[in-house]
Amino acid sequence: MEQRPFSDISYEQYLAEGKLMGSRCKKCGALFVPPRSICITCYSSEMEWVEMKGEGRLHAFTCITVAPPFMMEQGFDRKHPYCSGVVELEEGVKVDARIDGVDATKPEEISIGMPLRVKFLHWGEGGNRQTYLAFQPV
Amino acid sequence: MQKKHKLARGVAVVGAGMSKFGMFKDKDSKDLFAEAFREMLGSVDKGFDPNDIEAMYLGNFTNDFFIHQGHWGPIISDLIGLAPKPATRTEGACASSALALREGVFAIASGFYDIVLVGGVEEMSKRTTEEVAEGLALATVPYEGRVGFTFPGVFGALATAYFNKYGANREHLMNVTIKSHSNAPLNPKAQFPYSIRDMMTMKEESAKKKGNLVPHWDDEKAFLRDPGANPVVAWPMHLYDCCPISDGGACMLLVAEEIAKNFTDDPLYVAGIGQGSGKGLHAASDLTTMEATKNAADEAYGMSGLKPEDIQFSEVHDCFSIAELIHIEDLGFFKPGQGYKAVEEGLTRRDGPMPINTSGGLKCKGHPVGATGIGQLFEVWKQLRGEAGERQIPNKDLRVGAAHNLGGTGGTCTFTILERR
Repeated sequence: MEQRPFSDISYEQYLAEGKLMGSRCKKCGALFVPPRSICITCYSSEMEWVEMKGEGRLHAFTCITVAPPFMMEQGFDRKHPYCSGVVELEEGVKVDARIDGVDATKPEEISIGMPLRVKFLHWGEGGNRQTYLAFQPV
Repeated sequence: MQKKHKLARGVAVVGAGMSKFGMFKDKDSKDLFAEAFREMLGSVDKGFDPNDIEAMYLGNFTNDFFIHQGHWGPIISDLIGLAPKPATRTEGACASSALALREGVFAIASGFYDIVLVGGVEEMSKRTTEEVAEGLALATVPYEGRVGFTFPGVFGALATAYFNKYGANREHLMNVTIKSHSNAPLNPKAQFPYSIRDMMTMKEESAKKKGNLVPHWDDEKAFLRDPGANPVVAWPMHLYDCCPISDGGACMLLVAEEIAKNFTDDPLYVAGIGQGSGKGLHAASDLTTMEATKNAADEAYGMSGLKPEDIQFSEVHDCFSIAELIHIEDLGFFKPGQGYKAVEEGLTRRDGPMPINTSGGLKCKGHPVGATGIGQLFEVWKQLRGEAGERQIPNKDLRVGAAHNLGGTGGTCTFTILERR
């Protein structure tokens, strides 16, 4: 795998390419998603890229009605809330992500532990296109 | 508990002041800090000469964003006639002024200074609610904001994790709100000096006046369950789980322990200070606890030689109701998973065995971010000196109080223990 810098910028670039990537320490094997350039387990800076399988379970979530401007632009508001959450990946690490494909007006029906699969949400065109990491129920 | 961290010499608190917290069209940061400073001057029992203040540490989160003005150390230094002495701004999001206290303690303990002013200020109300939300989001972790998390949203996620692990639900969060609001009417500085019953009555009267259908709720829980009265913000965080937007200032006078009796026969001693830092939601191994709080508690208990059961009352950062539940456990006041039961049983009421947030908490007192740390300690000062008026804890032998302050969504936490000897 090519050696892009182990940074948030690279993480976002990979998301735009439809890949959920982390860095793994070559010395001690610790895995980090999003990637780290310094291993905080053994302090080595020798990392390698690893692609995540994209499978996980819902660890925690919230359904948001008071949305920030960039989410309002995408059509979310009090009547159309969205769900953001923390997903525990099969590989054992957790990521922050949008939770798509659930009814954010019915949070009592969203279960922690539900199996999820990665989905890449795109918004905007050309140079303004943004990719957001999301998961949806399997 | 083994004493670990030590100060080279002891530090005492001999004066404190706090402005009213609220949303003020006609007061700015300087006006509010001046109110706090004036009260502090009057609170020093034997009086003192303000010219003797050798340095100041001032907490402020982001007046830069809120009122487009940074570099607050010298502005307040000028206000109180401190210049040319040193003034340092400390920042740790909502824990900014607790950091100011910590730096002030270190400055005196080092022997470099004998008399230091610590304080905090924030001015949030001049922006719209959306702009304030944007300002507060500066304190979250970038990965969170990117996927739509808002500040309340992060705490919403912590709540779902807590509910799932311990079987708690929204009703348990409501108990925190009702308890804190029961203290609020007794705090003359509070932004919302109203119990939940008072809020219900006010809404009924307002509807009557406007000729609208008068709402009726059987009790406080019914009111808090009503989505019209208590709308969702970031489930399960509802309006009444969230602290308000506020302006305010607060300050405290710290002196070396060996000269404390020149200022008062009844100083409060800084028994323990602690601080911690934390990673974001995704990196926490367990979302029902905050590593930053645990580290801060370890340091403060270690330094003081005290245990959680020695703390007789505490202010605990309740930016959102769930934070109070998590931290009363993290600080060791209740076992993990027992916090919500303790609140349900009334153990954290003002007249209970472990009063939490007798000030009304951030929820009712207000949360001018940079001022909150010292604002919490102001409550501890008043309670330990028997000066808390109608909200005085009914314990004749009050000696040890504490304050827990949390910055952002767990990024910076502090725990400070004050003792009366």
